[in-house]
Amino acid sequence: MKARIIVTLKTGVLDPQGKAIEAALKSLGIDGIDSVRQGKVFDLEVSAADGPTAEATLRTACEKLLANTVVENYAIEIL
Amino acid sequence: MHAAVVVFPGSNRESDVARALRRSGARVSMVWHADHDLPAGTDLAVLPGGFSYGDYLRCGAIAGRAAAMDAVRAHAARGGLVLGICNGFQILCESGLLPGVLMRNVNRRFICHRQTLRVERTDTRFTSAYQKGQVIDVCVAHGEGNYFADPETLARIEGEGRVAFRYCDAAGTITVEANRNGSLNAIAGVYSEAGNVLGMMPHPENFVEGLIGGTDGRGLFDSLAA
Repeated sequence: MKARIIVTLKTGVLDPQGKAIEAALKSLGIDGIDSVRQGKVFDLEVSAADGPTAEATLRTACEKLLANTVVENYAIEIL
Repeated sequence: MHAAVVVFPGSNRESDVARALRRSGARVSMVWHADHDLPAGTDLAVLPGGFSYGDYLRCGAIAGRAAAMDAVRAHAARGGLVLGICNGFQILCESGLLPGVLMRNVNRRFICHRQTLRVERTDTRFTSAYQKGQVIDVCVAHGEGNYFADPETLARIEGEGRVAFRYCDAAGTITVEANRNGSLNAIAGVYSEAGNVLGMMPHPENFVEGLIGGTDGRGLFDSLAA
């Protein structure tokens, strides 16, 4: 099955890249965007037979490698 | 003093740190990241600077899970000394051996310049050759050196006196201008709870020969090899 993991910075953690993108959007004249936070998306193919098993595997993947939980949150979507 | 320098794909400062260690009298072995053991009799494990795994995912993230890091973790748990410089500091944070994380520099630029540091403690295995409060002139070269920890962790680090070095001006004063990567509390280096693991962003190994521009980095290696 296919899955998607979204990793985002926790609230309050400074995101210099997000700020730079925010400034770039303003300089392009794209108005109405109040703030930008940059994150990461991982698209995965999981061989697990069922959703709960896949989710457990993906949770381990996030905790052990894909996210640094000191500064990042993660969300798992089974597609 | 027997030092083992762990080399990851993308490490590039291993020869410099090995040279600095030998200069101070240490015996040095190189250890490949895929090795499961450090050489018998290793006193100090060193994680050198560079760009392990091309900084993919996050700086130090993949190296932090390498086989050799299990050996480094076991070495640290036995009370063995561990030193991580620049990318090595990032790897120590990612591997859980040190608290916090190194984020993108606040100005989003790779910074590469001479940097003065204030030595916060001298009662450690890493800094006994320095004077307390001494200002040392070394180098920094990194894109992700902005030290961050949550408020509780930061308070614990400060409360336990675990800051090794802070970015300062030439007079030893902590200023916003001297803290160019934006690190919390101008932290340039941190000790583990037991004090046997040190991670630092600046490069003391750059400045061990007057011919190259300075010798203030010698104190760290002299302390370790003493």
